[in-house]
Amino acid sequence: MGYDAKNPMKDRITDIGPRDYKEFLPPVIKRNFGKWLYHEILEPGVLVHVSESGEKVFTVRVGGARLMSATHIREICDIADKHCDGYVRWTTRNNIEFMVDDEAKVKPLMEDLEKRKFAGGSLKFPRGGTGAGLTNIVHTQGYLHCHTAAIDASGVVKAVMDELYEDFGKMRLPAHVRISLACCLNMCGAVHCSDIAILGVHRKPPMVDHENLANMCEIPLAVASCPTGAIKATTVDDKKSVVVNNDKCMYCGNCFTMCPAMPLADAGGSGVAILVGGKLSNRITAPMFSKVVVPFLPNEAPRWPQTVEAVKKILNTYAKDAKKYERLGDWAARIGWERFFEKTDLPFTEHLIDDYRFAYTTWRTSTQFKF
Amino acid sequence: MAKRKTPILDELENGKWPSFVSDMKQEAEWRNKTDVDLQTPKEVCDDLLDLLELSLKDRECHWKHGGVAGVFGYGGGVIGRYCDRPEEFPAVKDFHTLRVNQPSSYFYKTDFLRQLCELWERRGSGITNMHGSTGDIILLGTTTPQLEEIFWELTHNLKQDLGGSGSNLRSPNCCIGKSRCEFACYDTQEACRNLTMEFQDELHRPSFGYKFKMKFDGCPNGCVASIARSDMSVIGTWKDDIRIDQEAVRAYVGGEFKPDGGAHAGRDWGPFDIVKEVIDLCPTHCMGWNGNKLGINHRECNRCMHCINTMPRALRIGTETGASILFGAKAPILEGAQLGTLTIPFMRMEEPFNEIKELVGKIWDWWSEEGRSRERLGELMQRKGFAKFLEVCEVKPDPRMIKEPRSNPYIFWKEADIPGGWERDIKDFRKRHQK
Repeated sequence: MGYDAKNPMKDRITDIGPRDYKEFLPPVIKRNFGKWLYHEILEPGVLVHVSESGEKVFTVRVGGARLMSATHIREICDIADKHCDGYVRWTTRNNIEFMVDDEAKVKPLMEDLEKRKFAGGSLKFPRGGTGAGLTNIVHTQGYLHCHTAAIDASGVVKAVMDELYEDFGKMRLPAHVRISLACCLNMCGAVHCSDIAILGVHRKPPMVDHENLANMCEIPLAVASCPTGAIKATTVDDKKSVVVNNDKCMYCGNCFTMCPAMPLADAGGSGVAILVGGKLSNRITAPMFSKVVVPFLPNEAPRWPQTVEAVKKILNTYAKDAKKYERLGDWAARIGWERFFEKTDLPFTEHLIDDYRFAYTTWRTSTQFKF
Repeated sequence: MAKRKTPILDELENGKWPSFVSDMKQEAEWRNKTDVDLQTPKEVCDDLLDLLELSLKDRECHWKHGGVAGVFGYGGGVIGRYCDRPEEFPAVKDFHTLRVNQPSSYFYKTDFLRQLCELWERRGSGITNMHGSTGDIILLGTTTPQLEEIFWELTHNLKQDLGGSGSNLRSPNCCIGKSRCEFACYDTQEACRNLTMEFQDELHRPSFGYKFKMKFDGCPNGCVASIARSDMSVIGTWKDDIRIDQEAVRAYVGGEFKPDGGAHAGRDWGPFDIVKEVIDLCPTHCMGWNGNKLGINHRECNRCMHCINTMPRALRIGTETGASILFGAKAPILEGAQLGTLTIPFMRMEEPFNEIKELVGKIWDWWSEEGRSRERLGELMQRKGFAKFLEVCEVKPDPRMIKEPRSNPYIFWKEADIPGGWERDIKDFRKRHQK
């Protein structure tokens, strides 16, 4: 029994959708579905939710790399079988949550998780990611699996989280801090509303493979793909191709998405931009976009020291200066961006002044600035 | 282990944060030792490590652009991936991704996960993402002949379907909802599952000009980030009053309960000050504290969640619950990033969710008709105007939908709305006015 290549339509099953989540809910969750009264963070990475029924569910949250092997998932299953009756879940930020229905089960679970390490020495299951602290970095594929990446993803995330590890399990920050990484402007993992966003960017216009372009691309689609109208059809050595007006190019890479004969990634040209101050919760203030505060840093494997340093500087200045409950963007808005650059000691350059579609909405149109 | 030296990756095994490199190495080791009848190259993880090392060294990735791969009858769920140095890294020559549609809120039983691991190690690389950004379980790397085999086993043995990719409905996603959250204003998990099942055809067979995402947040805290990254963002809310337990409020003031559920315990912020931390931070200034009793002018509340987040044992969401629906959020490519625009201030969210399904139908018809190739809904809304979008949705304009009225007077009137229409006689005009 199994797939029969000679008869691919035999017994074919389609359109069945995902498994029903109700099959996978732990009994204590099922019993108290919709009845939760309140929650508390008992210590970093440990939550209790209390139901109207009086029942409680205890959750131990641990960080994980988004990239995960089957061997590692099996180990997670072993832990869930041992402590959690075979139930486990992930969070939207790539954390893993182990849930138990009795407080007495929390400590053995925590001790079990703590002692597990990878052969290289890193922790398999660091506890934390709750409350006014730093949680896991959500990110994209990077070099591991993507063809448009300007930078790696998993490596940069590892380098940053190693340096900020303490804050994952501490809750010492004024409010939640969400760091996200996208390895190119396509943002298959959106980062444009993050407290701190690490973004892979290009700085060189695409190369044009005139020899092959006509065979690899639809020229009208390549021309139409450019948001600034920088691409025109042309003929080079009797071959149909395109020409790029480099002065108009903003290196978004949309042409490369449409036309593989226009690669733009480059060892020196591509690197990291840092954006800050976005949020998507409606708490106190409305959701807002992150703003570019570092236009470019080089792509420096394996530890990306300049990127890590810039992120640390921003995070620590915020931690010291912001008021309780104030998100990074609210803090920057309160003190003013002139103060933000002064306090974080980040250089302000012309690259940070918007000149795209709605640029004018970000220029100062008052005399209300600070000296 | 990698077949070559990998000094860059080896460095990424140091430090405390879980190392994806160590994890890939343990999978490589498992493959080299196992007696499972592997259907994909034994050295797939070794070659993947080597290729990643090369990419980090070159500062350029080594995957070809695109490549066609899929399962019969579906136009999404599989992303073709080919290495651009196949001779040197033969085990990852073709390394396709499968997106497996996640169950709502990522709850699992271990027997399901073990089955998935077994399938993926035998017929793929054993490397996954738990989970991808849209929400799917991502199975990273298999060969072309394995795709149909995997799909067969997924659907027959795991009773589990693929997710979306390309110009179709992407796998809908939701927050944890009523499973374990007291703030959930509707059943996000059921809404997510119900709409996913309703729109299976749109999810598997691309018929749109570009991708369409829908995400379900249970409350305005927005844990699944729908407002920033989904064409349709459904955010739980309520219409009536916040429920107040005055005794519990006093317990917070008295220091008996930890504010914000203990979220700030890592630093000494001093004793809880309800005026400074709640009343004064309320964005609409609709709250008061007289030393004994908390007052809320509920009609002025904009449900930002701050007071409820800060005193979860004392304040609860109302009981007349439903959702606000926003449209058009997206990342910057191409015309710039957009947040969702509030279109439906309030809709009840109850099974069978017919109202929202009808709304989605109207919007997809319009988007299919008017949208250009690779134009997201948010961009079409900008190009055609929000008033037009409301007309499509058959929704009446409401000041709740805007931050402020327009400041320019360039109003597009409809001819039918102007007495006498637009046709006028220039000769008649000339009778009254000389050239």
